[in-house]
Amino acid sequence: MRLALEAAFWLLALASHWLLPEQLPLLGQVWIVALFVLSLDLLVGFAGVLTLGHAAFFGLGAYAAGILAQQGWGEPLSGLLLAALLAALLGLVTAPLVLHGGDLPALMVTLGLSLMLAEAANKLPGITGGADGLLGVEMWPVLGLFRFDLFGRTAFFYALAVLFLLFLLARLITASPFGLALRGIRGNARRMPALGTPVRARLVAVYALSAAYAGVAGALLAQTTQFVSLDALSFQRSAEGLLMLVLGGLGALYGALLGAVAFTLAHHILSEMSPLFWQFWIGVALVGLALAGRGGLLGLGALLLRRGRA
Amino acid sequence: MAEPLLSLQGVSAGHGEAVVLQDISLQVAPGEAVALLGRNGTGKTTLITTVMGAGPRLRAGSIRFAGQDIARLPSERRAALGLGWVPQERNVFRSLTVEENLTAVARPGPWTLARVMELFPRLAERRRNLGSALSGGEQQMLAMGRALMLNPRLVLLDEPLEGLAPVIVQGLLAAIRRMVREDGLAAVIVEQHARLVLPITDRAVILDRGRIVHAGGSDALLAAPEVAERHLGLNHV
Repeated sequence: MRLALEAAFWLLALASHWLLPEQLPLLGQVWIVALFVLSLDLLVGFAGVLTLGHAAFFGLGAYAAGILAQQGWGEPLSGLLLAALLAALLGLVTAPLVLHGGDLPALMVTLGLSLMLAEAANKLPGITGGADGLLGVEMWPVLGLFRFDLFGRTAFFYALAVLFLLFLLARLITASPFGLALRGIRGNARRMPALGTPVRARLVAVYALSAAYAGVAGALLAQTTQFVSLDALSFQRSAEGLLMLVLGGLGALYGALLGAVAFTLAHHILSEMSPLFWQFWIGVALVGLALAGRGGLLGLGALLLRRGRA
Repeated sequence: MAEPLLSLQGVSAGHGEAVVLQDISLQVAPGEAVALLGRNGTGKTTLITTVMGAGPRLRAGSIRFAGQDIARLPSERRAALGLGWVPQERNVFRSLTVEENLTAVARPGPWTLARVMELFPRLAERRRNLGSALSGGEQQMLAMGRALMLNPRLVLLDEPLEGLAPVIVQGLLAAIRRMVREDGLAAVIVEQHARLVLPITDRAVILDRGRIVHAGGSDALLAAPEVAERHLGLNHV
């Protein structure tokens, strides 16, 4: 049953290319946002580390891949790799600051770091393009074969393929003893050292891993839109990522994907219907889900399935 | 006695400014099982958590394990050296399945998932169930199995039988007996009821008000119940 549902999810994602041919650019964005929310799930959902500044890694990845291409190396996969490495490095360097205190200090430090990075990008127009954004990003064909096109076809498949591969990797990691220990840390961090788990080292590792995932998501955005703006580093991106994760369900990987798909599509549809009032309906959905049960959309789906069987 | 695996010399420890343990000296040899007895509040759990480095402040004395001074080592390093701990609260991971609870902390060695499942067949039956869905006895088995998955050389069991039904107690005692008697694992077993653990241990140590008031062979203590009565009271013999 579970395997069938998983297969259905990915087949539907693939089939959306033919079901919604007019919406390919939007769908490409959905896969990128889903990867960003997946990165948050690794950190927040599995390890229980709170953050309000994850856009710092997304933005760093976006600028890294964008600047690399702008400077003449438009090979997409090496752009992703550079973004992942730089974001992971920033994660490794900043993790001790973030993990120094409890939840509230973590929120403040992550928020502060992302604000600093956004302001630095704003004040360095010679490198980042500042408020005008990074222009002149020219990408080479993916694998030397698939040229990025105006209709968003290559972007759709490229983003979906990267999301799928990194999702599989995340699943392997979360099912490994490392991933299980993270869930143990989230449940009872105080007792984990006596079970042989170096809590700080595990949290630093997952922080860097999550940063790398967010960096790849940012790089995908830069490569598929061939543009990077300060919006990539915005607080709103961090906050919406968390919102999507809670909406979809924490600590289950698919919750991150569902939340990203539901939020982005709802945003698109509701903002067309009611450009000034769409967030109200998102709020209604969040309150409704919270009252309906734990676990967001994924939890609600599981509940309905159980009731259907009973 | 052979070269001790665990050796405490003149240990004083407590919480904050309060001193709970005073001048504790205790040795455990490889493969030896020691019963740590005493009434409520006499410092048994503080002694265990001091050895694990899991809370109490060591004020004086030395703690050596496997020939190494561990007094300043963090808990995870002590666990890596071969100290296993089953806390009184069990602390199973409620959101993980039985199997995931065990594999989350596994270290290479003779104790594998299959061997733990063989020791606790009930866990094998419940391997796909979440920790939150287990009974008290099953949680205790899981906590013990999880400690074994670290492949410890010495396991510290803090009141493993507390609050469990008699039939479960008998099953757990049989498992502990097998661990220490057949598998040669060294153990310190904290217990309030002496008669339960004396038959499966080599030596017994009685704590009272943070000091060791009796130390000797478990057989001798079984043969002289008046000694246990004097230190533990009738209800705990």
